[in-house]
Amino acid sequence: MLSHLRNLGLQVLDVLSIFGRAGHIWWHALWRFPEWRNIDLVVYQIYKLGVLSVVITILSGFSIGAVLALQGYNQLVKFGSESALGLGVALVLLMEIGPVVAALLFAGRAGSAVTAEIGLMKTTEQLSSMEMIGVDPLQRIVAPRLWAGFIVMPILAIMFSVVGIWGASLIGVNWLGVHEGAFWASMQDGVDFESHILKGIVKSVVFGIVVIWIAVFQGYDTQPTSEGIAAATTKTVVFSSVAVLVLDFFLTLVMFNL
Amino acid sequence: MQMRSIEIVVGTFMLAGLISLAVLAIKVSGFDVGRDADTYTVYARFENIGGLVVRGKVSIAGVVVGNVAEISLDQESFMALVRLEIDADVNEISIDTTAAILTEGLIGGKLVGLTIGAEDEYLTDGDEITDTQSAVVLEELIGKFLLNKF
Repeated sequence: MLSHLRNLGLQVLDVLSIFGRAGHIWWHALWRFPEWRNIDLVVYQIYKLGVLSVVITILSGFSIGAVLALQGYNQLVKFGSESALGLGVALVLLMEIGPVVAALLFAGRAGSAVTAEIGLMKTTEQLSSMEMIGVDPLQRIVAPRLWAGFIVMPILAIMFSVVGIWGASLIGVNWLGVHEGAFWASMQDGVDFESHILKGIVKSVVFGIVVIWIAVFQGYDTQPTSEGIAAATTKTVVFSSVAVLVLDFFLTLVMFNL
Repeated sequence: MQMRSIEIVVGTFMLAGLISLAVLAIKVSGFDVGRDADTYTVYARFENIGGLVVRGKVSIAGVVVGNVAEISLDQESFMALVRLEIDADVNEISIDTTAAILTEGLIGGKLVGLTIGAEDEYLTDGDEITDTQSAVVLEELIGKFLLNKF
């Protein structure tokens, strides 16, 4: 009985220490970084995390927009209000699906890569050698990835939404025959820049922070073995996906319902 | 890849993000700059505004000429006081104009429709439209119809 209690206590302490270490990484990497001579590192990470994720984001965005148009049309046409298709697709993409799915793709495509890279650096003791020669790995390795993640995520989410809306118009207007003027007019009428688009962007910024933070931390905190790297990569994808979905609920609750 | 070409690609990426944002703002949300810069204010009192909301449209012959700026309750007559902002270039609205609350389509939103009168004098900033027609409330209509008071 007593040993069970002791185990429970140890586990709680473990969880707390994980948060502590994650917070430490966050704090140090974030505030030590802003130095212009290191801007190259951020640019390179934006290339790796962002530019290389563009193709998958655009493809998924297009498919999801097209599928929303198909499904939405089939339901709306029953009420003769298929001209509201543009509005429906745009709102769903801008407020929910754009930020969320882009973040999930980002976690799978970029987050896992960051974890594996940093994890391997730790396993092959590159990080400790850096410390040895007086280079702070938090500043040199972690910080550029964090900052690149913050910058990249909203851009990807916006691209996702734009391509999705374009895909929806292609299917809805050019194929299913929704009136083009009505499609765009209902959208422009119902979508508000501040209360819909900006709030969607705020969401994607939060998701970017969470996903890249989890990825960097899992890499930095990995067990220095090949199994450890595998486990850390899995954890990154699982944790950040769940975190994005749960956070999305609360962000929606706070931003759109009050 | 060389650092320079990476920089170029990243720059293109950021630019694409900005362009996408601009597309969202202009094409999707219909963000129009300075539409409400030049307007003048006209008031109208209605017995019942139905489901009219702030930012609703004001139209003449179906053409949007302004929007609903404010809705409040007139505490003396207990009628709805609606403040309309009408585009400054639509400045020849006669003083005997009728304002009615109409519905856009069968289940669409409410809008204020103006029907121009015959007088030669025009409404100016701060004037009130006296001849108004309330919203048609479907439930009332059905009730009257059922009680044969139609």
